[in-house]
Amino acid sequence: MNFSLILPEIFLFLWAILIFVIDFFLKEEKKKNLGYLSLLGILICIFILFLSGQGELFGKVYSSDSLSHFFKLIFLLSSFLTISVSIDFVAKFRAHKGEFFALILISTVGMMLLSSARELIFLYVSLELVTIPLYILAAYLKPDPKSSEAGLKYMLLGAISSAILLYGISLIYGITGTTFLQEIKTRLMVDYLEIGPIGPGLLLSFIFFIAGFGFKLALVPFHMWAPDVYEGAPTPITAFLSVGSKAAGLVAFLRVFFESFLIYNLDWVTIVATLAALSMIMGNIIALLQTNIKRMLAYSSIAQVGYILVGLVAISERGVSSVAFYTLVYLFANLGAFVVAIAFELSTGSSEIKDYAGLSRSSPVLSFLMMIFLLSLVGIPPLAGFVGKYFLFAAAIEKNLVWLVVIAVLTSVISLYYYMGVVREIYFRKKEEKVGISLPPGIKLALLICIIGVLLVGLYPNPFLDFASQAALVFKY
Amino acid sequence: MNFPILTYMIFIPFLGMVVVLLLRKEQVQAIRWASALFSFIPLVLSFFLVANYDSSTSVMQFVEKHEWIPSLGVSYYLGADGLSVPMLFLTALLSFLSIIASFNINYRVKEYFAFFLLLEVGMMGVFAALDFFLFYIFWEIVLVPMYFLIGIWGGPRKEYAAIKFFLYTLFGSVFMLVGILALYFASQPHTLNMMELISRAPLLGKGFQLLVFVAFYLAFAIKVPIFPFHTWLPDAHVEAPTAVSVVLAGILLKMGIYGLLRISYPMFPQAAIYYALPLALLALINIVYGALVCMAQKDLKKMVAYSSVSHMGFCLLGISALTLTSISGCVFQMFSHGLITGALFLLVGVLYDRAHTRDIDAFGGLWIKLPVYSGVMILFCLGSLGLPGLSGFISEFMVFIGSFPVFKLIVALAVLGVVLTAAYFLRMIQRMFLGTFNTKWEKLTEIDGRELFTVIPLAILMIGIGVYPSPLAGMIRATLENIIHLVSG
Repeated sequence: MNFSLILPEIFLFLWAILIFVIDFFLKEEKKKNLGYLSLLGILICIFILFLSGQGELFGKVYSSDSLSHFFKLIFLLSSFLTISVSIDFVAKFRAHKGEFFALILISTVGMMLLSSARELIFLYVSLELVTIPLYILAAYLKPDPKSSEAGLKYMLLGAISSAILLYGISLIYGITGTTFLQEIKTRLMVDYLEIGPIGPGLLLSFIFFIAGFGFKLALVPFHMWAPDVYEGAPTPITAFLSVGSKAAGLVAFLRVFFESFLIYNLDWVTIVATLAALSMIMGNIIALLQTNIKRMLAYSSIAQVGYILVGLVAISERGVSSVAFYTLVYLFANLGAFVVAIAFELSTGSSEIKDYAGLSRSSPVLSFLMMIFLLSLVGIPPLAGFVGKYFLFAAAIEKNLVWLVVIAVLTSVISLYYYMGVVREIYFRKKEEKVGISLPPGIKLALLICIIGVLLVGLYPNPFLDFASQAALVFKY
Repeated sequence: MNFPILTYMIFIPFLGMVVVLLLRKEQVQAIRWASALFSFIPLVLSFFLVANYDSSTSVMQFVEKHEWIPSLGVSYYLGADGLSVPMLFLTALLSFLSIIASFNINYRVKEYFAFFLLLEVGMMGVFAALDFFLFYIFWEIVLVPMYFLIGIWGGPRKEYAAIKFFLYTLFGSVFMLVGILALYFASQPHTLNMMELISRAPLLGKGFQLLVFVAFYLAFAIKVPIFPFHTWLPDAHVEAPTAVSVVLAGILLKMGIYGLLRISYPMFPQAAIYYALPLALLALINIVYGALVCMAQKDLKKMVAYSSVSHMGFCLLGISALTLTSISGCVFQMFSHGLITGALFLLVGVLYDRAHTRDIDAFGGLWIKLPVYSGVMILFCLGSLGLPGLSGFISEFMVFIGSFPVFKLIVALAVLGVVLTAAYFLRMIQRMFLGTFNTKWEKLTEIDGRELFTVIPLAILMIGIGVYPSPLAGMIRATLENIIHLVSG
């Protein structure tokens, strides 16, 4: 048993416990230092991750391969950036400042385990480990009723979707007699060759899986929770949800559908493609109406998942590489936009788009960064978002999914309007009193990482593309 | 020569943008002169480009090719031929003159020049790029600075005009993206290299060509603009600040025509021939409808804007007829129109800066008060209406002579456009410059040295080409012959 494979997760979990323990002994004013301690823990974890090799554990339950490495890096990066901006945000909480960081770390551990899961029960438990801390974190702003509403809504709907996912898992167990992804694949292949077309039980389980993962991804029509939870949750958690939780849903989807269900892909591809189209259309159109930046970014991320699924339904190595690559691109641009929003909220207390008026005069650098992040989300060259979308669309066109790509590009044009709406407020409007936005070190660090990410991945994407292609080689197409 | 002249021409303005961003916003003079310098250098380089261009061959020259993103099949591939060299020169010239013309901007000067220099990068890149990914990047880079330049420094309806321009153009561009991907996967082995794709054309059957031609056409038709996708142009042109209108009309519109000649025609020859008549008809509508709308305009800038629609119709007519003379006329018109309409917008700006109105009927007898200005303005108006001796005549004449054998009736009707153009320009001249002097404008000052400096080079070129067109004709000949050969041969 090569336990070194699972060392990153064990280490991070123990580090989270350490944070809990130290928090016990720390005076209130010093608690934000736990944030720095958490950052250190994540850096060490990344280091351990690079050293750990590939292989399988616990009899094919846990598997460390290039796909899990890629996504673990994404999760660690997103939690690093979230904690970095939270260090000054925790002052808003009356209590439990230290636990905030520890809970984020635990959720990250869950995500990392999820990306290595090759067995359905393990996958389910990891998924719960991801979401339960997030339920708590969403409700963290106790005096704010919207936060409590967010936490409660998330928990209720999350519990329901978990139950549906479990139902799907039990159906698979009933049909194939196993919960190991590789064995499921073998059994289903035998079924396919012997029986042929898909039976109702299997189709139903596909739908339940899509529903369960669709909830995590905030895919239409499982997206209803997202705008309210995103708006109510403390903004760093919103950022974490928009990237980490979505990437978790994606890797779970990839593992299950691309390993076990690939033989029946003709049956679920159309469903997923349709849901992707609906997400792109609805997400982008409803975002046009939003006045709160957190809600706008919530709807925009619903649409962004739609774009990612365009690459996924291409069912090819190029497709899965594009999914992995775009997740990275999306991380930098989306988190970047949220970091700016957090900085703005810390100084002005507002998340309304109209309050951003005249920001370009008082904070030119911050405004410029926000513009770059939003343009990357639209997909304007030469930023990372363009390369990502290009790659996604290429994968889909290769498989003749032209209709889906046309929907994707048209909805991208629509998205320009609401992203530019923020830019318009920032650059075109004047404000008499200049509002100074202070940028504490944690926020500066996060902004630096995100802007380098967006520019570097856009202008020199080769190493990242190769890394993503490596991840895609895990499956056989 | 091994000197990467095209890379320098494209990225020196980018360097200029960085320099401007590093200056403090109070250092207004430094910002202005730095911008002028960083746009003057590409102009000097473009002279070298013209001087060293070998017009005896249609082969791409000044080629630079490096691997960029191998896994996507993308390379950094630049080159120039008889079609792009005049355009690169025009871009460098108009950008430099526009920056000089922008010296009178006093509001948020640093951001203005930073955006303007970025705009120049995009425009240069479009004409030099020979890899589809790179081409698309430069095509889109143009949109962002335009949005800001119109939206911040524009007229009363600037925000509406800015977002309309951005959305409309992006809409066309994304269809081009789908077309690019279709070409990439249709080619075996997959490539984004434009020269490769041209040499392998036609790829797949007629049906594929017809469809992908339309995808690219949408992007180009919106840019040129071709009826009915022209509705963004009046708003964008009128609301944009003077110098931005100059580059918008002078260069951006030409990007659409360039795209048709560089991409659509060589890569989709059967589609080009199939769509020849519809394109000629649309050209006719542009010419005549554009001119008729001009007749109705009361705003001087809007009139000049619609005259661009009309003049671009001549370019399209020349392309659709596919003879050496007609396409040469089109390229002449691209260059000439850039000079003339660029100058017209500059001059409209000169008057607007002083009078703060562009209402044609508000003026009268300006010749008495502003003789130099009037003289220059009338000269360019005559150029625009195609007076022999000036470059506009050469281009229109070549288009007509070249297209007449192919589209007799359409050309006959298009000549009507020339009459209408003369009508609206002469009527405007009569209303504004002749007649009794409207004493309301007693305080107007004459055109000053800096403003004259921006239009004199354009006048020299306009007269030079009008009187002695063979150098330009010689430069473009081999390349255009090759394009015709690719389509029909």
